[in-house]
Amino acid sequence: MSIRERLSGNEAAATAMKQINPDVVAAFPITPSTEIPQYFSTFVANGSVDTEFVAVESEHSAMSACIGAESAGSRAMTATSANGLSLMWEMIYIASSLRLPIVLSLVNRAVSGPLNIHCDHSDAMGVRDSGWIMLFSENNQEAYDNTLMAHRIAEDENVRLPLMICQDGFITSHSIENIELESDDEVKKFVGEYHPEHYLLDDQNPIAVGPLDLQAFLFEHKAQQGEAMKAAKQVILEVSKDFEAWTGRHYGLFEEYRLADAEMAIVCMNSTAGTTKAVVDRLRENGIKAGLLKIRVYRPFPAEEVANALSHLKAIAVLDRADSLNAIGGALFEDVTSSLYVENKHVPMVNYVYGIGGRDTTEKDIESVYTDLTEIVKTGKVENPYRYLGLRREEK
Amino acid sequence: MPYNLKEVVANKPSRFTEGHRMCAGCGAPPVTRMILRALKEEDHAVIANATGCLEVSSFIYPYTAWTDSYIHTAFECAAATLSGAEAAYQAMKRQGKLPKDKTTKFIAFGGDGGTYDIGLQSLSGAMERGHDMTYVCYDNGAYMNTGIQRSSATPRFADTTTSPAGKVIPGKMQPRKDLAKIMVGHHLPYVAQTIAINNFKDLYEKSEKAIYTDGPTFLNVLSPCPRGWGYPTEDLMPINKLAVETCYWPLYEVVDGVYHVTYKPAKKLPVEEFLRPQKRFRHMFKPGNEWMIEEFQKEVDSRWQELLDLEEMTNKAE
Repeated sequence: MSIRERLSGNEAAATAMKQINPDVVAAFPITPSTEIPQYFSTFVANGSVDTEFVAVESEHSAMSACIGAESAGSRAMTATSANGLSLMWEMIYIASSLRLPIVLSLVNRAVSGPLNIHCDHSDAMGVRDSGWIMLFSENNQEAYDNTLMAHRIAEDENVRLPLMICQDGFITSHSIENIELESDDEVKKFVGEYHPEHYLLDDQNPIAVGPLDLQAFLFEHKAQQGEAMKAAKQVILEVSKDFEAWTGRHYGLFEEYRLADAEMAIVCMNSTAGTTKAVVDRLRENGIKAGLLKIRVYRPFPAEEVANALSHLKAIAVLDRADSLNAIGGALFEDVTSSLYVENKHVPMVNYVYGIGGRDTTEKDIESVYTDLTEIVKTGKVENPYRYLGLRREEK
Repeated sequence: MPYNLKEVVANKPSRFTEGHRMCAGCGAPPVTRMILRALKEEDHAVIANATGCLEVSSFIYPYTAWTDSYIHTAFECAAATLSGAEAAYQAMKRQGKLPKDKTTKFIAFGGDGGTYDIGLQSLSGAMERGHDMTYVCYDNGAYMNTGIQRSSATPRFADTTTSPAGKVIPGKMQPRKDLAKIMVGHHLPYVAQTIAINNFKDLYEKSEKAIYTDGPTFLNVLSPCPRGWGYPTEDLMPINKLAVETCYWPLYEVVDGVYHVTYKPAKKLPVEEFLRPQKRFRHMFKPGNEWMIEEFQKEVDSRWQELLDLEEMTNKAE
């Protein structure tokens, strides 16, 4: 039986961590994820978890300590944002190459510079090819649920990869919304115990971790990481199915919102999906066949499934909350376009970079995207596929 | 406790095996082996290693020279990595997830590059947090693994590939950082400076103290490099001896803030005895460069005197 509560996104993530009760949490404060280690160290101070909290002196050390802890045979978790993740970057790759199922709560914020503390996805996009599983969350409930599912996915013997749960900084992390929590006992049962096959603290079977890995083997090891990432897709679906059987809350690789009979759709991630749903509902009332595809699993990217879900449309807009500054388009746009291309589906597509540095994205903004899509449906033409949404300047 | 070092060496199995690819005449392998010999045979160890010569020569997939559990992650974070493993040990021990009767010790190894420079923050953090671990810096005075670039441990005037002795600038112009004192500033229960000398007695005893003192402890071990220093490989031990006899590398320990100089040469040799056999100091012996040797001697003398003063002062206070 779920417990009804009102929590912010950060509280939701911290509550999930408390219920998971990991052996080690190593974290460093950075806005807007600071509250997570704050809440968590209170749990430690009050004895409500068995965790060793390591108050490291940087995010680089946070991830290093998580790697040490997870290699030692324990469950390790952390939280960060933006520049914190940038500072971890070196260790992010090492964590995945060592096949350590570390779980990280990423509260999305713009990476400097210039300095900005508000939401965009440039932090997450900076590590999109680092070998981490990446789950995005529309709201506090999804941040909580994704965290509860994280270890089952990451620790699966066919996966063994680190996992990050993303939620939008401030928009989700600091907004208090209704949430359904599960009981501590039920969470404990669902998450299960961690019994790694090899670990540093096994004195009967000492191991060596992190070799110099040269031309003769690195390629094979990297390919194994790639295979694990492919295998993760099925595991995510299985764990999500078990989760649904337990809580009644359904999760797939992505959410299709009024998509099946839509003519045009927006593809986006995290909190903007909530705004988009409201706009879709209103447009539908006016007979406009608008839909939404909200990515939940960004890595592994469900290319085939996304292509099939979008192939019947007449126009698609992909919204990127990070600019790739590459003169081609945002990262999600590239992923979606290549997914369709490889599946031999052709749908006119347009990319909007939006919400940079916490710029508000309103229903009006989203509605303007559907207006543009209506025009594309009519003409079949995309004049300028790489656009900005909500940018304060005259369109050339 | 009385012990026979020869018996220790003969009877305790080496925990750092042969077959690694370190250079002949390198100071690091004998240092590493002797430090690990200080572990009680029944104890397990988790070793963390910063990227560097020792790491890239001892764990090349799929071979390892380490018989204990070992982890290498990156250059600057051996201390942070090991602090995570130690935290896991504390948590798992507390929860009964590990055997009660078994002890695991935590030892990190880093070169001077990974310790004095890029890893200083990670080391400082781990020491301040009080993890029960020993950090060992094997100090060879430059980034030897990448080809002899200067570090903050490089002695003044040394010729390295990024502080070359040129026509205008005669080698590294800055004096070297005093890392052991920085560690003393962390108020650790045990800090020592040592070297492989006189049948390794000093090294062995300090290692044992460091490993079996509760809390964070630090060892700084001078560890010559024949390639970077430019001495014949067979001269490792004579070079070590000269470093100590000239007081270039004083042997001391700091126990709960109290300094003990563990070796005072009866006759302190002039530092040029230590400098002359090394190619990195060759330019100092050219006519007209006598001032460099004088400056070097002054620095050695003042640091030695400072150490003696600290010993006197901290013992008096006690």
